[in-house]
Amino acid sequence: MKEKDKKQEVVIAVTALNAIDSPGPGIPVIRAIRECKDFKVRIIGLSYESLEPGIYMHDMVDKTYQIPYPSAGTDVLFERLRHITNIENIDVLIPNFDAELSNFIKISVELKKLGISTFLPTLEEFEARDKVNLSRFGRKNDFPIPPDKVIFQIGELVKAAEKFSYPIVLKGKYYDAVICKTIEDAEKTFYKLQAKWGLPLIIQKFISGTEINVALLGDGRGNTISIIPMRKLYITDKGKAWAGITIEDPSLIEIAEKFVKATKWRGGCELEIMMSSDGKPFIMEVNPRFPAWIYLSAAAGQNQPASLVKLALGQKVIPFKKYEVGKVFIRYSWDLIIDITDFQEISGTGEL
Amino acid sequence: MKLKKNIATSEAGFIFNPGTGDSFSVNNIGAEILSMFKENKSLEEVIENISIRYQVEKSQLEKDLEDFISQLYGHNLLEK
Repeated sequence: MKEKDKKQEVVIAVTALNAIDSPGPGIPVIRAIRECKDFKVRIIGLSYESLEPGIYMHDMVDKTYQIPYPSAGTDVLFERLRHITNIENIDVLIPNFDAELSNFIKISVELKKLGISTFLPTLEEFEARDKVNLSRFGRKNDFPIPPDKVIFQIGELVKAAEKFSYPIVLKGKYYDAVICKTIEDAEKTFYKLQAKWGLPLIIQKFISGTEINVALLGDGRGNTISIIPMRKLYITDKGKAWAGITIEDPSLIEIAEKFVKATKWRGGCELEIMMSSDGKPFIMEVNPRFPAWIYLSAAAGQNQPASLVKLALGQKVIPFKKYEVGKVFIRYSWDLIIDITDFQEISGTGEL
Repeated sequence: MKLKKNIATSEAGFIFNPGTGDSFSVNNIGAEILSMFKENKSLEEVIENISIRYQVEKSQLEKDLEDFISQLYGHNLLEK
């Protein structure tokens, strides 16, 4: 491993530079890292497609390289990263997409040999919190998780849905969650989600309440470095927070600390929580990476992405104790104007 | 009548509940009443104060205040 003085330039590679209506966390992660005064950084963007806006945000990303899609497997990914680090000397790599994480986890030991540090959960932890395994995970660790059932065919839908009584929530294997009020609704949704994400699907008991997300950072030894709870103030039709506010609720801190302790979570993570009307928090999903609203953590006084970089570099990070409550983020969109030559370059050479 | 300890209020009538992220606005008189609740004034003292300052019938004020208080309870802003 390369020894790096904290004042030396740290080269950090970041994925998820997209910014559609369900934006990737890459740019907010970079923004938070760039605000940290403890190190100078050079940011290497890792992109999948030529129209990811982060590629063209040169004040955020110094240089971008395209990498192969997750479906291409770990060998080609590793070879591509070996090529990139031969040029860039990457110190830390922060992957931010759910679908790519298992590949990065699998090659993390090999990456370390190239001098690239990651700070990721183990494959076991990563899979344990998967939607398909979430209920089992909750039972094992005594977490409040709504009852669910994994179904592989339409025939199982009627029986399973009756067990929970309507409305129910039908979830795709990777993304999407739809509230279904009737069996007709559920059947239609089943086919739609199956076509989009494949099988199995997950039926989850509907819990009404307030949607809260918690961004956290674990040190991999059971200690929590940071916890920031955020209430969604404006929710898009994809269920994403377009505005949110930091809140203070000891029950959320407690559940996040318990999660980190039980899993010895290593890295960033987002707990999606539904606070029921009687004030009981239910974990609806566990996302194994920073959320797209992660810059709010830095704005509220706990810079989680910068702390992750320090942890990845083997530096000691003292757990945060305080954050600013009532800090609001409001997301907006912005039309970035670029020259066709930039687009040509990334499309043609895979670099910009 | 006591506002919950963590509830933030402003003179302009903005109320913020940091536990839930809920925020509300009240008019000037609402803001004055909240400020008195924060100072632990009794209901009688609030009625006395407001009825004199705004020259309003006590019976009407009591009724309005009852509505206001029930809304504050409904939004989980008052100590039970």
